[in-house]
Amino acid sequence: MSPPAPLLLVEGIRKSFFGVEVLHGVSFTLGRGEALGLVGENGSGKSTSMNILGGVHQPDAGTMLVEGQPYRPADPGAAIAAGIAFIHQELNLFGNLTIEDNLFIDNFPRRGGLPFINRSAIRKSTQDHLAQVDLDLAPTTPVARLSQGERQLVEIAKALSRNARLIIFDEPTTSLTRREVARLFGLVAKLKARGIGIIYISHALDDVMAVCERVTVLRDGAVVGTGTSRDLGVPRLISLMVGRSIETIFPQRTAPPRPSDVLAVTNLGQPGVAEAITFTIRAGEVVGLAGLMGSGRSELARMIFGLDPFRSGTIAVEGVELRDPTPARAMAAGIAFLTEDRRGEGLLMEAPIADNAVLASLRSVANALGLIDGKRVAAASRTMAQKVRLSTDRVEDTLVKHLSGGNQQKVVIGKWLMRAPRLFILDEPTRGIDVGAKQEVYRIINALVEAGSAVLLISSEIEELMGLSDRILTISRGELTGGFDRLDFDREAIMTAAAVGADHAKVSS
Amino acid sequence: MKSGNRLALLGLQNAPLILFVVVLLTFGLMSDRFLAIANFRNIVIQAAPIGILAIGMTFVLLTAQIDLSIGATMYLTASVLALAFTGLPWPVALLLVTVLAAVVGAINGLIVTVLGVASFITTLSTLFVLRGVAMWMSETRTLPFPDRITDLNRAGVLGIPSAILAFAAIFALAWVVLHQTAFGRQIYAVGEDAEAARKAGIPAKRITFACFVICALCAGVGGFVTVTQIGAVGPKYGDQVEFAAVAAAVLGGVSLFGGRGSVAGTVFGAILIKTVQNGLNIVNADPYIYPLVTGSIIFLAVAVDGLRTRILDTLNRRTIRPLQAN
Ligand SMILES: Nc1ncnc2c1ncn2[C@@H]1O[C@H](COP(=O)(O)OP(=O)(O)OP(=O)(O)O)[C@@H](O)[C@H]1O
Ligand SMILES: [Mg+2]
Repeated sequence: MSPPAPLLLVEGIRKSFFGVEVLHGVSFTLGRGEALGLVGENGSGKSTSMNILGGVHQPDAGTMLVEGQPYRPADPGAAIAAGIAFIHQELNLFGNLTIEDNLFIDNFPRRGGLPFINRSAIRKSTQDHLAQVDLDLAPTTPVARLSQGERQLVEIAKALSRNARLIIFDEPTTSLTRREVARLFGLVAKLKARGIGIIYISHALDDVMAVCERVTVLRDGAVVGTGTSRDLGVPRLISLMVGRSIETIFPQRTAPPRPSDVLAVTNLGQPGVAEAITFTIRAGEVVGLAGLMGSGRSELARMIFGLDPFRSGTIAVEGVELRDPTPARAMAAGIAFLTEDRRGEGLLMEAPIADNAVLASLRSVANALGLIDGKRVAAASRTMAQKVRLSTDRVEDTLVKHLSGGNQQKVVIGKWLMRAPRLFILDEPTRGIDVGAKQEVYRIINALVEAGSAVLLISSEIEELMGLSDRILTISRGELTGGFDRLDFDREAIMTAAAVGADHAKVSS
Repeated sequence: MKSGNRLALLGLQNAPLILFVVVLLTFGLMSDRFLAIANFRNIVIQAAPIGILAIGMTFVLLTAQIDLSIGATMYLTASVLALAFTGLPWPVALLLVTVLAAVVGAINGLIVTVLGVASFITTLSTLFVLRGVAMWMSETRTLPFPDRITDLNRAGVLGIPSAILAFAAIFALAWVVLHQTAFGRQIYAVGEDAEAARKAGIPAKRITFACFVICALCAGVGGFVTVTQIGAVGPKYGDQVEFAAVAAAVLGGVSLFGGRGSVAGTVFGAILIKTVQNGLNIVNADPYIYPLVTGSIIFLAVAVDGLRTRILDTLNRRTIRPLQAN
């Protein structure tokens, strides 16, 4: 007897968009109860491969076998029916519907032969599946009220409700808290034990190592290596991904901070959000803000940029008070802000790269009459594309929605860089981008700071904060709880200060 | 501070209801005829045609589209009926009207979903084309209907007038479809995010298409009810009803961006608009003031909706630290 067919066999998948081939024959296999990591630089074709597996796109060539049977889904519905669940990079739930409606949206059980939804059946089944993912919520809760982590779990419950044999996770941890991540990993282990195959895509290579038995590396749309996590190891993974080894991730800065303050925040307060926040950032200085998700770190950034109100305190930029900040006033004062939600706040998805790039600096690309000059737009955005090393230089005819997740992030950064900001607030600037691109972002930050700008850096990655900052402030429950100079950086001490009182933080809705 | 917000929200969430009560009280104080049961029955009869149209419009709005051609659809279907088929018994005539309307809806739906033309543009063009065809066929004359059709207006079951029956039946049907069937829930999903709907395995285009057909069907039926009420069809027939229908839906809480609202709200919106007009009529208000008052009420409703969303946002924002008691 021949050995049983693997759960999934993918062989020689090719795919072109608009005549440009982005997948050049991708092959891999996956066994039952196995987790396969899929890693690669931004734009290397991870999401595209999975979109083909999930029926979102059709391949130009290649074969796929699921448990030995030919598999070629015509649309996402067909993939779901074949037991393949795809949890997208950007979650795919409907905020205006309840959890139970979301779980059954594409195949509601009916009452007898009638077209009516069998409510009692879906409620019961939803309760069961929510229990399996340890989510203690009523099935009738609208999804709009859930946190990112809870939504992730709902997606998994949905996959379970379809008897999925294979679940694809495309960067599942980017907007989860540490605790939610731990919960997710526990759940993945449970799924594996039930014989469900997992494909796990992430730029957090340590996570990939922890979750997956084997890893496949993609580069420029082709598989450049596959091996067990044990044999590969992170450094080898990186060199396979980027084609070179990356030694010092954090480039050194030569110029020390200058004495003048670029930002001075005094006694900032807002009931329920922030209390008596005072700090400064000097020219040529990077100040890191360490805090857990929900600690108020993003809210503080939003207040400085005029997106959220504050009741008391002052904000001054280069000695001039920023009165009643609005984003327009903050920008005029020289502040730039990279929000944590690039899709929601940062980008026009349907517009080309060039239009997005110049969006924050339209004046600089206008001609003498004040009209936008297409040539200048193209030139400026091409320079930007080179500066952040975008994967394409066809800035005028590539729509942002067609870029990979990481390259979208680079466009947002580039957009702000064009304004040569005095203070750049970066909220999770390297979320969802690959190691090579991370280093680019670090290099960009350093260049900016050496030219005399100030940076406020928010990140969940403590290594990143320690590697880049001159000073680290910790925030918890909307209060600053500690400050560390570069010489006294101590991982444990910083994490402890950032978690002060966090367990008692009252989260109400 | 928080409880104050909640109170405000409660008020805002029921703003149309409060508005309704205010309208009732105002006109009730101005005229004792206004609050009579018979008058209220009248209001619902008057609201029936626009209400039926608005229910159809709700389906299209829920998918984040719009149909500007419903008035023209009404005009065309009623003209065809008046020109060639006045001899038919009314159920057959009604069937004919709905089939013809469905064809119009299918054309709109196909242009929007298959050709990918924005629904605003698509239905704006069909508006002009359909009106043109109807005017050309009727040579812009006003065409009368026989008693057989207009008698329906006075008919009814168990003392409930036919217009109200039709209104109630369509409302019940629409409510069941939207809330109790998979198709209905999927309409909400498509309206929230069409691309996400496609990825979730929902036939987004087919659903949008179906909503255009449903909207046109309602236009046909609403037109037929109008015909029984006014007994003739002329060049001004159905003119600009699309705006009244959108207004009723929006007044009832349907979002123009799709995915939010319900037909119950729409019905309420239609009745509220007609109540105001009826009240103005009873107190002998200057006719020029009608659109002004209706417009202000719609404006108020939309402003309230914006405020409500904003307050909801602040209430749903998670607080990070305990609020000092105050
Ligand atoms: N719908 C599309 N139209 C045109 N090009 C596309 C489309 N989808 C993806 N691409 C291109 O295909 C390539 C692979 O993109 P993909 O999204 O698969 O990358 P990825 O490995 O998931 O990257 P990331 O880590 O940044 O998410 C990119 O160059 C991208 O621009
Ligand atoms: Mg991707």
